[in-house]
Amino acid sequence: MYVYDEIDQQIVDARVAQFRDQTRRYLAGELTEDEFRPLRLQNGLYIQRHAPMLRVAIPYGELHSRQIRVLAEVARKYDRDYAHFTTRQNIQYNWPALENVPQILADLATVQMHAVQTSGNCIRNTTSDQFAGVAHDEIIDPRPWCEIIRQWSTFHPEFAHLPRKFKIAVNGAAEDRSAILVHDIGVNVVRNEAGETGFQVYVGGGLGRTPIIGALIKPFLPKEHLLSYFDAVLRVYNRYGRRDNKYKARIKILVKAMTPEAFAAKVEEEWAFLKDGPQTLTQAEIDRVAAFFVDPAYEALPGDDAAFLAAKASNPAFARWVERNVFGHKKPGYACVTLSLKARGIAPGDASDKQLDDVADLADKFSFSEVRVSHDQNLILPYVKQADLFAVWEEAKRIGFATPNVGLLTDVICCPGGDFCSLANAKSIPIALAIEERFDNLDYLHDLGEIELNMSGCMNACGHHHIGNIGILGVDKNGSEWYQVSLGGRQGDAASIGKVIGPSFAQDDMPDVIEKIINVFVENRHGDERFIEVFDRIGMDPFKAKVYPGKVVAKEAV
Amino acid sequence: MSQIIVDRQIVEDSTQLLRLNEDGSFADVPATGPVLVPLKQYLAQKEALRARGDVGVWFAPDDEPEDLGADAQALAVIAVEFPAFTDGRGFSIGRLLRERYGYTGQLRAFGDVFKDTINYLYRCGFNAFAVRADKDIAEAAKGLDDFTEFYQASVQQPVPLFRRRTLA
Repeated sequence: MYVYDEIDQQIVDARVAQFRDQTRRYLAGELTEDEFRPLRLQNGLYIQRHAPMLRVAIPYGELHSRQIRVLAEVARKYDRDYAHFTTRQNIQYNWPALENVPQILADLATVQMHAVQTSGNCIRNTTSDQFAGVAHDEIIDPRPWCEIIRQWSTFHPEFAHLPRKFKIAVNGAAEDRSAILVHDIGVNVVRNEAGETGFQVYVGGGLGRTPIIGALIKPFLPKEHLLSYFDAVLRVYNRYGRRDNKYKARIKILVKAMTPEAFAAKVEEEWAFLKDGPQTLTQAEIDRVAAFFVDPAYEALPGDDAAFLAAKASNPAFARWVERNVFGHKKPGYACVTLSLKARGIAPGDASDKQLDDVADLADKFSFSEVRVSHDQNLILPYVKQADLFAVWEEAKRIGFATPNVGLLTDVICCPGGDFCSLANAKSIPIALAIEERFDNLDYLHDLGEIELNMSGCMNACGHHHIGNIGILGVDKNGSEWYQVSLGGRQGDAASIGKVIGPSFAQDDMPDVIEKIINVFVENRHGDERFIEVFDRIGMDPFKAKVYPGKVVAKEAV
Repeated sequence: MSQIIVDRQIVEDSTQLLRLNEDGSFADVPATGPVLVPLKQYLAQKEALRARGDVGVWFAPDDEPEDLGADAQALAVIAVEFPAFTDGRGFSIGRLLRERYGYTGQLRAFGDVFKDTINYLYRCGFNAFAVRADKDIAEAAKGLDDFTEFYQASVQQPVPLFRRRTLA
């Protein structure tokens, strides 16, 4: 993984000093609340329902065990002994005291971590594939490009106060696990016919109250032009994005208003001035950064481990965990392990300080000290020998991170919701927990197969509800909390936005509603069809008829 | 007279800022003394105003540097208004004037300008800062050094860090 040199460290340290000074001036009354708000947001600090919330960046999801131990220490020392992993490869603390935040940032800086631009109307943490560098279907490792983007976006002088937040995701694998089509800029790292590396650039994707799939504006951008082209995209957005209405300020609204073709042309016009300028990447820099992302010292293994295969054959519980939580590795004899943070009764994505320390130990013992964070709010050990899988499973069970539900109905993606977030219209965690409780029969859950259930407590869509096969959105109706259900959304290469099934439901009805939807799926399922395949085949009407019995099902408008 | 920061020094400044009249018509330009006129007015009265050495131009966030173009090079002062510091359009205006249109005179930020904004402004080519009247101008000047090392190319450091790293 990337390791700071003196200059990287100096830049992060300067930020800590700057924020310490800003906090001091705010507490002394020299900065008003309105002035301090945008400044603290650019350091990941929100003022929430109960207390400040601090969002710390985990750039493109990579963590060293030494960093995890500091995250655990921060939870112990400054918070209530736990932290929450988000859907954008960040980690959040829900209870820090404002006056402690400068010191938290200083502690994080000792292990090359920060909260730079994790909120606010600026370029946010760049996200990527949790299996980058190890995935069996990887074409090009996206991490060097993510780090190059991280450095370019960190304190970019021109784009510190954009119309609205700006999120970039990078994918380098056959299957997109980074949701690039619902980002402000989504990048596929590709090779052209001549074998040269470059980028497919999508812009204007996003969720929120106007969900849109990104438009391809550059089918092949040669690698050296990545940053000058991004400068051009951002400059067009900075100058012409709407600033009069925050709900219409994202780049997707500008791209839609101009049309993707006209937007692309405007970017080309701007880029003509910037192309081949000083931001043109050098091969020396690409090589320097790429050298941080080389393979660890893998053992040369002949292939599948015999003892592992035997354990899988003789132990059904282990086999089930392997089926769901172990992902194919590019290296023979190795595997990627997903530690599920979706145990029954625990808010999705939450981890205690003790669990974090245990994960750090696991990483040291079994995974070259490295851990990844996924946008599904789980943790990954990327370099596990098959021969160690049984031991890792035993340990993960002890920690409480071995629920064999990755990709299943109870692997819910969920925002913190109204329990914590001051933006939320409704709670989300209790709904997720109630659904997990209803579907707690593991055999049944496995039989149902892959179903993505995503939930957001408001239309800011932090829980990515639009791209869940089943999406749940918390809405406010006359001061009480209701839930709108959508079906048919999906992430990945065929990303699409789900359709709302009908009028929203009360909180207590939600487990029944989900159960009815699942029952319609089961009744109509052929063989091992996945939920989304059944939905595509039978459409919305059978689901509507079941959840709104006795009502005439109106035909959808064409 | 008020104080502004120019090239890191706090200096007295008597420049008058002229706005359009409420009905959108042009205000009369005073016969003498340094004055900043709106871009629209300058473009309309360019022939008359160009002869004077003490007339500068100011940009609102939605004004286009393209409209002034290389004419910028004849001016001694250009100012950009930041009605709110969170309106970042002026950063792009600054860079375009410096990097695309070859402007080398004084580039001044005014409006919601204070310590926490001027490091970015400086990097986008601003060398003069009319700090908000209720803020301590000496404290604001310290913001110029909040950061001393940067990743990106900018007006103030045209060579991005990665090119300098490679040389080291």
